Amino acid sequence: MTAVLCRHFGLKHIETAEDIASDTFLKASEHWAINGVPENPVAWLYTVAKNKARDYFKNLSVFETKIKTGLITDISGENDFELDTRIIPDSQLAMIFAVCNPANSDEAQVCLALQVLCGFSVEEIANAFLARSETIKKRLHRARTNLRNDNFQITTLGEAEITSRLDTVLRTLYLLFNEGYFSGTNNRLIRKDLCSEAVRLTFLLTENPLTNQGRTNALLALMCFQSSRLEARTNDKGEAVLFDEQDRSLWDHTLIEKGNFYLVNACNGNEVSKYHLEAAIAYWHTTPTDQDKWLHILQLYNQLILIEYSPVTALNRLFAFAKVYGNAKAIEEAEKLDLIDSSYYHGLLGYLYSGTDIAKAIRHYGQAVKLTRSGSEKKTLKKEIERLKSR
Amino acid sequence: MKEFALIFRLKDLADFKPTPEQMQERMNWLAGIASQNKLVDKGNTLLPFAGSAKTVRPDNMVTDGAYTEIKEFISGYIVVRTETIDEAVEIAKANPVFKIGGSIEVREILKRD
Repeated sequence: MTAVLCRHFGLKHIETAEDIASDTFLKASEHWAINGVPENPVAWLYTVAKNKARDYFKNLSVFETKIKTGLITDISGENDFELDTRIIPDSQLAMIFAVCNPANSDEAQVCLALQVLCGFSVEEIANAFLARSETIKKRLHRARTNLRNDNFQITTLGEAEITSRLDTVLRTLYLLFNEGYFSGTNNRLIRKDLCSEAVRLTFLLTENPLTNQGRTNALLALMCFQSSRLEARTNDKGEAVLFDEQDRSLWDHTLIEKGNFYLVNACNGNEVSKYHLEAAIAYWHTTPTDQDKWLHILQLYNQLILIEYSPVTALNRLFAFAKVYGNAKAIEEAEKLDLIDSSYYHGLLGYLYSGTDIAKAIRHYGQAVKLTRSGSEKKTLKKEIERLKSR
Repeated sequence: MKEFALIFRLKDLADFKPTPEQMQERMNWLAGIASQNKLVDKGNTLLPFAGSAKTVRPDNMVTDGAYTEIKEFISGYIVVRTETIDEAVEIAKANPVFKIGGSIEVREILKRD
């Protein structure tokens, strides 16, 4: 809703739009509780929001004579909250492109998009970026100020802007999906919502010739492969189920086939993006055990880490390395990594030591329990410690 | 942090084209450096063959092939980022090039501004 409002009144009024949106939902919860849910709830919400927005701008124009004439004609004109056939017909998507404005740094663009459009809290953004909340708060504040000063409208985006902003938009959608897929929250519904919204928006990008690039298809393939395991990776209690223990009959084969389709599309050109590599890795995970599977996966991780360093990639690569060359060699490699503050690092070392040195394994798992903020991960780790102790 | 170029040298042109196993080893080594976030530039391979390599000397003297007066030729380079040169040397030691009699020269980079 914030996206639709902003599209009409300009991003300058983003805070107002957010206020109006939350006011509208408040009014809805009061009104609907008494009178029941209206026949067309979406239309109801938008009518209320529209009226609230008109009131707001009427008041504003009394006080603020400097208000743009264009804006006034825009709100007083025959403007309905309808989606139309502009270059990017989806409001949510149009807004992401608008927020991904080069007036801000890439990181700030992604942060802002996640907050405004995807409703992420500062904490969640900080988690996604492996950064401190304070840093993210400052970054968001600066980004909003920049956008307001830049004073642009969502509708003015042309072909060149869309093409040049595509990479940041893809990154936003990638993070949105990951937050749904990997986040610490146990609420499976919320997580599925985030994932399916990311899939929906990425799918829209593949429908548009301007944004239907190899990397867009690769990202969509990655999301399909990962989504195919959504049902299998948590049990009824909301606990994580490790890959090897997943019930493969719960994997969604329609999604795997869609993943294959988009991965083939992605490989039509010579482009190799990080999404291509990650999608290829996810593809290998969906295949039944193949003799060289882990060697293929290791090779892909080798390429991925050369494109972009991230602690998570480094650790995932090490896991694949252990599968190919054995735990002892992987431990040697692990000791070169400076990631002692990471719960995943200790979790991996715990796993690598569990066959040879139980005391060390327990120590590392214990360290991981201390470092992780995810409740379900804590549970899984503690279970593993218990299992080792009883051996 | 300092930056160092690792310059690879080989003795025998026949060793230039790696077997798939050698290629895998090299990639593992390179990705291992990237995993420590110490890789600045994955560098390039320098083709040593006639047609891809020439050496230019004074008086317009041009010879075919890589410069081999020192009996070794340069096959490639990468750039790493470490605190000390010793750390860069440790990284170099793990490279599989030594198995085929190659060598690695470690040189600190002075940036041109």
